Amino acid sequence: MIKSAIVLGVLLTGVAYTVWLERKVVGHMQNRWGPTRVGPFGLLQPAADGIKFLFKEDLTPPHVYKPLFLAAPLIAVIFALTSIAVIPFGNWITIGGYDIPLQITDVNIGLLMILGITSIGVYGVALAGWSSNNKYSLLGGLRASAQMVSYEISLGLSLVGVLIMSGSFSLRAIVDAQGGHFWGFIPHWNIIPQFVGFFCYLMAAYAETNRIPFDLPEAETELVAGYHTEYSAMKFAMFFMAEYANMITVACLATLLFLGGWHGPITSISFLQPIMPVFWFVAKIFAFLFLYIWVRGTLPRFRYDQLMAFGWKFLLPLALVNLIGTAIAVAW
Amino acid sequence: MSIHLILFLAFGAVAVAGAVNLLVQRHPINSALSLIAVMAALAGEYLLLGAEFVAAVQVIVYAGAIMVLFVFVIMLLNAGVEEETKGSRVAILFGIPGMLLGSLLIAWVVLRHSGTAAVAVGVLPGQTSGWGDPGAVGELLFHEFLLPFEITSILILIAIMGAVVLASKPPSTPAKRVND
Repeated sequence: MIKSAIVLGVLLTGVAYTVWLERKVVGHMQNRWGPTRVGPFGLLQPAADGIKFLFKEDLTPPHVYKPLFLAAPLIAVIFALTSIAVIPFGNWITIGGYDIPLQITDVNIGLLMILGITSIGVYGVALAGWSSNNKYSLLGGLRASAQMVSYEISLGLSLVGVLIMSGSFSLRAIVDAQGGHFWGFIPHWNIIPQFVGFFCYLMAAYAETNRIPFDLPEAETELVAGYHTEYSAMKFAMFFMAEYANMITVACLATLLFLGGWHGPITSISFLQPIMPVFWFVAKIFAFLFLYIWVRGTLPRFRYDQLMAFGWKFLLPLALVNLIGTAIAVAW
Repeated sequence: MSIHLILFLAFGAVAVAGAVNLLVQRHPINSALSLIAVMAALAGEYLLLGAEFVAAVQVIVYAGAIMVLFVFVIMLLNAGVEEETKGSRVAILFGIPGMLLGSLLIAWVVLRHSGTAAVAVGVLPGQTSGWGDPGAVGELLFHEFLLPFEITSILILIAIMGAVVLASKPPSTPAKRVND
């Protein structure tokens, strides 16, 4: 219970500060400062935003289908936050004689559970678009569900290569299989034999989280704001939180499956021994999130037909070839 | 009663309630959402019976993929509230007794002829053995039931090809005439 509360608190703080990081980094990339006024370096900006969201007028337009209009942001944020439960963020630590695993629950189908939970998260976006009774929202919702269903296949297939190599669905076992080094100096991370799989995962993950260059569900030049056009105040903030929580989950998965989890190059500093794994884990997630923001600051948006063609005609065959190649290599 | 059994009954109640709600609701999107609740409750039942892999696949395939397509189609066609005709009153009059009779018959056949009667009341089977983990399911699927598995995949392939043929545009002779 205590662990769940701590993890949830850290996750929500992480979500808030990912928003801050994004505004800051994109600002500097565009020769601006980003948030600077609230606190040193604008560090209290997330708190100010949160207070603003809570006290804003919460409008519900008269033409919406109310039960689903209210349920949609809840669905989005609940499923986005639940998937963190099976993610291990470090090895075991010992406090007062008890060995505590740094994970809320270790289920032996952990990876499948995350995929299942994120696949249900689509309903939040789809139902928000439909229940708003507004053509821009509906188009955004339709685009989001089509895009997420299409890219989910590539996402799943890109992970199977890793699963074949480690032989388990348990995230802890997958990370344990990545300890050690090739020839003594190259880390034994899955990204090296599975770089094609990592590429597929990266592309599919961007599309799954509706981020630039695949953020067509909320393309503001054509759809106002897409599926959350009609939402205001905390309900809008819930969609925002869900998006950033999904980014963090995707970063966690990439770290666990491809980047060696909590294994890092320096682990031998004795007095830091218990927290070094967590440090490496967080550092890798930070690097992955920075890549996300970097891509956002760099690339333009795809056209919708390009997005679908890329997903079905390029990414899916590539993921399949990677899967077959891995299977042959492992069997041989 | 163990906590497992209580949860099992609770999930069963949710599944039945969702299924009834699916029939009662007038709006297609509410019906689709009730069906998702039924799928999720069934996944919970599988989990309690020790079939973790099947539970996860149930959520990913049914709740996460197939039902998304259902919802997608309902949204795309913007299907409205169902109209009530005299035909549906007849269906209510004869349908509910018929359904009850049918489910009683199925329950009787299952209890009588499948050996489930040998299981003690209050104990869920399969909680301890590892028959539900991915490895065991894979063994069964690719060793003992390989032929049915392959036949099913060919069947699905044929169905996909049929759908593509039906949905694709016929060779566009009118368009050519316009070009000429």
